[in-house]
Amino acid sequence: MPDTQVVAAPRQLAPRASATPLRRAAAPRKPSAARWRRFVSPLVLVLLWQAASMAGLISPRTLAAPTTVLASAWELIETGELPYHLVVSLGRVATGFVIGVTTGALLALAAGLSRRGEEVVDAPMQMLRTMPFLALVPLFILWFGIGETPKIALVALGATFPVYLTLFAGIRGTDPKLAEAAKVFGLDRRGLIRHVILPGALPSALVGLRYALGSAWLSLVIAEQINATAGIGFLVNDAREFLRTDVIVVGLVVYALLGLGADALVRLVERRALAWRPSLLKA
Amino acid sequence: MSPMDIQAPAPAMHGALRVRNLTRRFGENTVLDALNLDLAPGSFTALLGRSGSGKTTLLRTLAGLDEVPPEAVLDLPRPAAVVFQEPRLLPWKRVWQNVTLGLLTTGARRRAEQALTEVGLSHRQDVWPATLSGGEAQRAALARALVREPRLLLLDEPFAALDALTRIRMHALVLDLWRHHGPTTLIVTHDVDEAVLLANRVLVLNGGRIAADIPVDLPRPRAHADAGFAALRRRLLAELGVDQKEAA
Repeated sequence: MPDTQVVAAPRQLAPRASATPLRRAAAPRKPSAARWRRFVSPLVLVLLWQAASMAGLISPRTLAAPTTVLASAWELIETGELPYHLVVSLGRVATGFVIGVTTGALLALAAGLSRRGEEVVDAPMQMLRTMPFLALVPLFILWFGIGETPKIALVALGATFPVYLTLFAGIRGTDPKLAEAAKVFGLDRRGLIRHVILPGALPSALVGLRYALGSAWLSLVIAEQINATAGIGFLVNDAREFLRTDVIVVGLVVYALLGLGADALVRLVERRALAWRPSLLKA
Repeated sequence: MSPMDIQAPAPAMHGALRVRNLTRRFGENTVLDALNLDLAPGSFTALLGRSGSGKTTLLRTLAGLDEVPPEAVLDLPRPAAVVFQEPRLLPWKRVWQNVTLGLLTTGARRRAEQALTEVGLSHRQDVWPATLSGGEAQRAALARALVREPRLLLLDEPFAALDALTRIRMHALVLDLWRHHGPTTLIVTHDVDEAVLLANRVLVLNGGRIAADIPVDLPRPRAHADAGFAALRRRLLAELGVDQKEAA
């Protein structure tokens, strides 16, 4: 009995041990094929949509055909209408985003780096964040009117909370053992913040930045529904009046592309700033 | 003039360590009980004790990480450097930047290179710590301690997490570095063999006090097979309250 057990054990282990290098060798080839395969089903959906439109199953009043959408998009670009509205929307989102991220970061630093700061800042922030910030729209209109201010304010508000929450958590999540080691090796409070606390909080803060971007776009969409005279939201609302579903879809696609682009940008920043992370080192 | 004023200034500059009347309590629990300790300059001392005996508390106090109670007297060689059980390298700084952390002198980079060469890690100085093996990371931690030319080197179970083969190499390395630089060295360990192998004096901490103080004058290099080694090992295990049958 003991003999068979001894023999059996390595036999069980052998296939497992050999399976890992094989899987590793296959891994680099996989993504490119998988990446292309991912585009197949969206493409099929668009083709089905086109076919249904051409067969008269979908009325243009419900949803314009993809080809119509493409033609409208080209027209809007040529006339300069789309670029104009795009610049207006981008301006709003950029201004609001910068204000929101700055506010969120400053509040998180105040709350994260000092006990008193936490007492003052954290409680109201935690209370406010439970409220869906888009519910503030009526109040914002009363306060700021219907110009650019309420739109930018709404975007800023949307970006503030994700940055605040993640940076605060990142700062508080500093490994006390690393902080202790840094102290032993002569770092003062400023050195500790600069070399240990802030770099340690960066991964969390960058996740927050991505959330903030998503939240900023969402705020922009809502904000541009309120009495806008320019911007992608205005373009979409205006098209609704004339039952132009093609233009509405163009607006939606532009929103989606902008969101995608912004996300890709943050991911690029992440890859550069977090090159030291084990997960990124292996990839 | 009060007696305090005529006391000689701390002799710490010469590398001697002196602790008097150090008491540390956590709640009801007295971890260190009016402890006295003297370490000769350049000596290599091992501090043994069961878990919870206050080894680490004592080391933390010597490192300046814990508050010193007002009634205690501490003359500590400075600068001090610590190697912890975990390497505690900052993952977002390259190996050489970790070594120079907190170093304000010019030519820090060059000194880091020297220290990394000494621990046999010069070829890894530009990599991220996450790519280092456990032994390499601990070598980097040793280099970080060395680069400050410490008069007091504190090692807190630095090899406990390493595999047996790596540990043997690290023992040789630490002895080598100690001989070269001559800091007053204190290693906290629960490994009796490690203590006998490295130190020229072994202390056993029990009940918050030094319960045994045993010089080790075995010739180096030491081997487990030496008769003196085995005798000393038995004696230390007895001090630690380990039955000989359990230890066999």
